[in-house]
Amino acid sequence: MPSPSNENQIVDMKKSNKLKYFFESASEKLFLICAMLSVISLLLIIGFVFYKGSHPFVAEGYSFIDFIFGMEWVPSEDKFGILPMIVASIFSTIGALVIGVPIGLFTAIFLAEIAPKRVAKIISPAVQLLAGIPSVLYGVFGLAIIVPMLQNNFGLAKGQSLLAVIIVLAIMMLPTIVTVAETAIRAVPKTYREGSLALGASPIGTIFKVVVPAAKSGIMAAIVLGLGRAIGETMAVILVAGNSLILPTSLTDSVRPLTTNIALEMGYAFGTHQEMLFATGIVLFSFILILNFVLAKISSKGGK
Amino acid sequence: MRKFKDNFMLGLLWFSAFLTVAVLVVIVGYIFFKGFRLINFDFIFGDYSPVGHGGIWPMIITTIYTIVISLIIATPIGILAAVYLQEYAKQGRLVRVIRFATESLTGIPSIIYGLFGAVFFVTTLKLGMSIIAASLTLTIIVLPVIIRTTEEALKTVPLSYREGSLALGTTKLQTLYKVILPSAMPGILSGIILSMGRIVGESAAIFLTAGTVAAMPESIFSSARTLTVHSYLVTQESGDIELAAAVGIVLIVIILVLNLSATFISKKLNKADY
Repeated sequence: MPSPSNENQIVDMKKSNKLKYFFESASEKLFLICAMLSVISLLLIIGFVFYKGSHPFVAEGYSFIDFIFGMEWVPSEDKFGILPMIVASIFSTIGALVIGVPIGLFTAIFLAEIAPKRVAKIISPAVQLLAGIPSVLYGVFGLAIIVPMLQNNFGLAKGQSLLAVIIVLAIMMLPTIVTVAETAIRAVPKTYREGSLALGASPIGTIFKVVVPAAKSGIMAAIVLGLGRAIGETMAVILVAGNSLILPTSLTDSVRPLTTNIALEMGYAFGTHQEMLFATGIVLFSFILILNFVLAKISSKGGK
Repeated sequence: MRKFKDNFMLGLLWFSAFLTVAVLVVIVGYIFFKGFRLINFDFIFGDYSPVGHGGIWPMIITTIYTIVISLIIATPIGILAAVYLQEYAKQGRLVRVIRFATESLTGIPSIIYGLFGAVFFVTTLKLGMSIIAASLTLTIIVLPVIIRTTEEALKTVPLSYREGSLALGTTKLQTLYKVILPSAMPGILSGIILSMGRIVGESAAIFLTAGTVAAMPESIFSSARTLTVHSYLVTQESGDIELAAAVGIVLIVIILVLNLSATFISKKLNKADY
């Protein structure tokens, strides 16, 4: 026969257990909600940008073809064509890749395979640190040093040009490419190198024929990350691009890539003009999706 | 012939590494060389004035506001999301969708976040161009960083810890906050510090959501400019490279301190005995 106080205790325990079970199941639901927030954010971002950006074409009778292939962007005259910006974005990104990828990749190979340990131990963290430096500062440097240099060497009226954008973006993607590619190369098992050397291959031959192909997927990831940084970069590019609305025909032309168009005009745009800036955002978005897709395809083919 | 080719490639490797290091040294060196003359007590702690070079205290305060607010929101959400993905979720379609969304968020350029923030937080939620609108935008930007680093930290906690705790009769939740999270704390902390760096370096998204008012913000609902936006604006509007570089020095020092403390904390993690 339990005493009344004991009975109370048992009831209390049951109560507290109930509470405990309630907290257990409630917390799992709370965690799930937190995890779903990133899905919700992504859907909100895509939804808002696409809704706003497609509005002029769906409801206001603007032609999407004219938008993509139009040569003139004069919001005050209701002319919205972004072909020059698309071309500028593509050229500057490809240019930056052509310069930045080989240099970055070779630096990563050097740090992982060739450099004395002590040297690599100083340089690697330093390069890693530089990946975190605000991109605006690369733009400030570009405007202060690279732009005047181009102006003097090529005798240009102003040095802000496609070439300046390419150089600044190439420099900016270097730390990202070096850091990620170096990690990938270091992850290649030692046995690969030993096997190749044992077969009589030279150290350099081993690096380029065995180690680099083995690290291919990591190197691809490095390139994709660098690419993402280059095509999405805005503030540094505004400072060195010149922002003219012409179709670039040479490296020394002043250009306005897609990102800078958004940043320059978003502050005062409203109505259709603002929606067209969102449409510019959609084009930028699609570019990034396509590029990632293409690179994923290339790397998966290479893997086979 | 093979010897020649090898030497050529070796030379190329040395040259590339030299070039990378030289370029980066020149950039940082230039910023310091150009800006260090402006750095003094009044410059850093003084109020902004449009005449001369002005103080940057309002921009430092604004930057701190954005860091604190976005981390207050993003840290708990990010950690709990990672806990769900690592400790609770059954691998399946839902987890794949969440992982895909998180990865995609990482790849979106900041100007798109800026566009979204300018419409959603500034206009739709009627927050106006303000520190709070920028901070909420930044919250989404750093959320994937915190989720990923926390997941990595949780992965390093040995299974035996969980088993040991559960065998003592604790519930899953008790195991989580008494055993798993404390063990993963160094990794989580260094992830939070890395996201601070990301927030400090962000410019395009803040430019479109916080505006450019160069004054001490009255509250988190006022428009203000961060250090990066200030550096951009003084370059773009007045071509004052010296001032931009001085702000740059402050930014680089902040990033340096953040990185060093992240390294320090993760080194501690490696020394922990498990």
